[in-house]
Amino acid sequence: MMYRVLIAMCLLAACRKGIVIPRVEAEMIPGFQRAAPPGAATAGLYLLNEGNMNMNKASLDYLDLQTGRYNRRVFTAYNPEVTKGLGDVGNYIAIYGSLMYIVVNNSNKVEVVDAATCRRIKQLNVNQCRYVDFYKNKAYITSNDGFVAVVDTATLDIVNRIRTGRNPEQLVVAGDKLYVANSGGYSPPNYEKTVSVIDLRTEQEIKRIEAGINLHRMALDAYGDLYVTSRGDYYTIPSRIYVIDTRTDVVKQTLNIAASNLFIHKDLAYIYSVEWSYLTGSNTISYTLLNVKDETKLDRNFIADGTEKQIKIPYGIAVDPDTDDVYVTDAKDYVTPGTLHCYDKTGTRKWSVLTGDIPAHFVFLKNN
Amino acid sequence: MPLNKLNRCLTACLLLAGSAAAQHKNNGDTLREVTVISMKAPLVINTSHPVQVLAGEELQKLNSLSVADALRFFSGVQLKDYGGIGGLKTINVRSMGTHHTAVFYDGLQLGNAQNGQVDLGKFSLDNIDTLSLYSGQHNNIFQPARGFASASSLYIESRRPRFAEGERTHGKVSVKTGSFGLINPAILWQQKISERVSASVSGELTHAHGRYRYRYTNGVYDTTATRKNADVQAWRLEAALHGRFKDSSQWAVKAYAYRSARGLPGAIVANHFEYSQRLQDRDMFLQTSWNKRFSSRYSLALRAKYTHLFTRYQDPEYNNEAGFLDNRYTQQEGYLSLAHQYHLKPWWEAVLSADVVLNTLDANIYRFAYPTRYTGLAALATRIHFSRLELQASALGTMVDETVKFFTGAGSKRELTPSVSASWQPFARENFRLRAFYKNIFRMPTFNDLYYTFIGNTNLRPEYTHQYNIGLSYSKNFAGPLAYVAAQADAYYNAVKDKIVAVPAANLFRWTMMNLDRVGVHGIDANIRAGWQLFTAVYWNFGINYTWQQAQDLTPNGYNYGHQIPYTPWHSGSFTTGITYRSWDLHYSFIYTGERYSQKTNIPVNYIEPWYTSDVSLHYKYKAFGVSAEVNNLLNQYYDVVLNFPMPGRNYRFSFNYSF
Repeated sequence: MMYRVLIAMCLLAACRKGIVIPRVEAEMIPGFQRAAPPGAATAGLYLLNEGNMNMNKASLDYLDLQTGRYNRRVFTAYNPEVTKGLGDVGNYIAIYGSLMYIVVNNSNKVEVVDAATCRRIKQLNVNQCRYVDFYKNKAYITSNDGFVAVVDTATLDIVNRIRTGRNPEQLVVAGDKLYVANSGGYSPPNYEKTVSVIDLRTEQEIKRIEAGINLHRMALDAYGDLYVTSRGDYYTIPSRIYVIDTRTDVVKQTLNIAASNLFIHKDLAYIYSVEWSYLTGSNTISYTLLNVKDETKLDRNFIADGTEKQIKIPYGIAVDPDTDDVYVTDAKDYVTPGTLHCYDKTGTRKWSVLTGDIPAHFVFLKNN
Repeated sequence: MPLNKLNRCLTACLLLAGSAAAQHKNNGDTLREVTVISMKAPLVINTSHPVQVLAGEELQKLNSLSVADALRFFSGVQLKDYGGIGGLKTINVRSMGTHHTAVFYDGLQLGNAQNGQVDLGKFSLDNIDTLSLYSGQHNNIFQPARGFASASSLYIESRRPRFAEGERTHGKVSVKTGSFGLINPAILWQQKISERVSASVSGELTHAHGRYRYRYTNGVYDTTATRKNADVQAWRLEAALHGRFKDSSQWAVKAYAYRSARGLPGAIVANHFEYSQRLQDRDMFLQTSWNKRFSSRYSLALRAKYTHLFTRYQDPEYNNEAGFLDNRYTQQEGYLSLAHQYHLKPWWEAVLSADVVLNTLDANIYRFAYPTRYTGLAALATRIHFSRLELQASALGTMVDETVKFFTGAGSKRELTPSVSASWQPFARENFRLRAFYKNIFRMPTFNDLYYTFIGNTNLRPEYTHQYNIGLSYSKNFAGPLAYVAAQADAYYNAVKDKIVAVPAANLFRWTMMNLDRVGVHGIDANIRAGWQLFTAVYWNFGINYTWQQAQDLTPNGYNYGHQIPYTPWHSGSFTTGITYRSWDLHYSFIYTGERYSQKTNIPVNYIEPWYTSDVSLHYKYKAFGVSAEVNNLLNQYYDVVLNFPMPGRNYRFSFNYSF
């Protein structure tokens, strides 16, 4: 009997499959088509999935815009030697020159990889890092600890730290100034209300521009206007957009448009909002197209075929530089693989594809 | 698909095990003392609700430090273990969720209105005599109304003073040490004060640095690191008086105090292995009971309890204005219970129980509501029992009202929930019984579900469960070398509706609670035990537990309809065996948890491999002295019970004790 039990245990032991080396999971997107003009500049689209906190499930997907081939989890497949992979909560992604910077918030790191091959070049350690932007030979990374880390893009060393307000979020370079959205989101109700302005020649904070509470995202238009979103307090103060004129550094306009995220392409800002209210216990979801030339709302939208009702939580947005196609992600319930939807410029859905958990941040890869 | 392979493996295992399983005996009202002498069949309980019992020496030999560790050996139980000595350990019985198991310590419930779950890692086995886990409810209907109010109930019984003729004092001193820097001295003192009154005092210190090595690999990277910030310092002190009044009514008073400070090691994610969060607990309760039999027909039991729980959570990594988070929570509970038992006939009893509970929660957090909950429970139960047939029915009425100092409170709740059960022995001479029960019950949203700033939702409804169970049990004692065989098996279906889950609010850092999910659980729990006398002084016994569960997400219009819910394996089980020779005792146990998924979607990226551990222990007794040595996780398998919370590899424990 004992002997047979031992055999049974050995059988059970054999049931442990053992180690699975990560690899790319590829799929040809059904119904994929893209009408890019000849000599189009864009080769593909990276999509960073945040992954739920503590799950270590941040992942990077790549869509080949020529063929419609969708590759999942490319970072771990091409860098299997990185312990525990891409990490926990992928917060932002950007390409500068030939390098791609992947900001992984709860892994306290920025992975710098070759933008074309995804192979790791270097890991930068920045505590609770949030966003990145670039100027000349420097990369600037916000940290929730209240500073911007300055990285030399040639040596990839952290060379300086610039103090900001509490819990800074997105940052954007305009001219030779850096604008940082301070949130203070960890100390309700004492939220921050300002945008820090940093002179990049001296790397000194020169000004704080008063805007709204709990600032988050930013985008710059072609006319030198900076659009800054405020999350509000989830109770009585609603989400807003503040427009800062970067030549004068004053808030020139407050737009009564709720915004979680925005993407500016040509003269249009593509805006969506998921606004939570603790008073009603529900989310209000909205989509807005804004003309940034004169700050007027368009009476059409970038989803026009009624399919926005199928999106539970819009969580990421980008517009194709060649085709004006709009990419919108759905994070669903945050613990289920999300969906990437593509809309043509008339607002009709072209195709959809399953992503990683919480698909959120995009960057386009240019042809070299 | 690996599932097929696994099925084959388990089929092999099951064939060896034969059919089903078994237990101890409840000859009527209360669970009798279950001292397992190696070669006597564990007494079979003729209950209509399935019960699993671990008691006495058997419990002490189980390579377990805490109550949580011992519960791994029960069927149908998933232990949620965040790893290490100080890690949170809760149980999920039959996949209904941790909130659906009530924990009773010496007859009264350990309340936690804040988060609705009890950390069973806090309860060491040192002072524990019996652990019994009931599906449905306790078979003894003469109990507080709270005893009817959960989908399953764990009863933890501490050691009670027992004195033979002429004895006045009993005691035990022990010390445990080993891996994790564990130093764990304990003392138990029992004193007979007079013919009718006895006292016991028990105390314990636990000190451990908690560090252990863990390893993660994907075949290319292979990283070994040390779990840090896992230290624990704790002490526990309990004192009890047990007595009889002149009218032979019985009374008991118990005071309990526990204090701990520990590190909270976080999730091991890429490039973030070390954490600095701390947790302090100060738990205290005082409980008393009085039990009087007025006549052969009428008895009364009165119970009261006061509980005070203080928790402090510190997070130096939290970047608020103060530079760190320092949250303090104080819970208080007042409890009063009155139970009447009336025998209409010798074979027919009826019970009426009424409980009142008052809960408050204070916290130093932003926009906190400061809730107070008033709960009234009334249970009417009846039981008809003959030697071969038992029938039970009960109905529980629950009335909950809440007030808050600020903002809005949750509305009133009024619920009436029934339960019925039966047990039948079809053959006069064979100890073979069939049983069945149905129970409808719910759990209230916790204070955290309702009021936790930025997460709570006061519109929550209770979370309901329906349980359907059929089962059988068999036991037999023999005269030959095979001394006994005992087996039991149950098949069940549980439906959980309006399950309270966290769902996204505005962004990843903002969640809220909703009554959203629906879960259907098909399951089989089975176990078998047998004992042999191999030679004159050599005894051998073994036990096998097996659980099969298909716990499906049945949320209407959900993204994952039909998928197995997270962390529920299809197959799990354990095997234990022991051999006894004179004063020597060698024990082996094997625990298996099959493949499962870490998230709601059953796709490869969420797949978690099976894990299994082997533990061995050797015990030796010399007069009043005892020593034991344990090796746990003998094969040094690295695994996670909860994703990214690594469990310890091979570890050791030694203990010495002296009884008088």
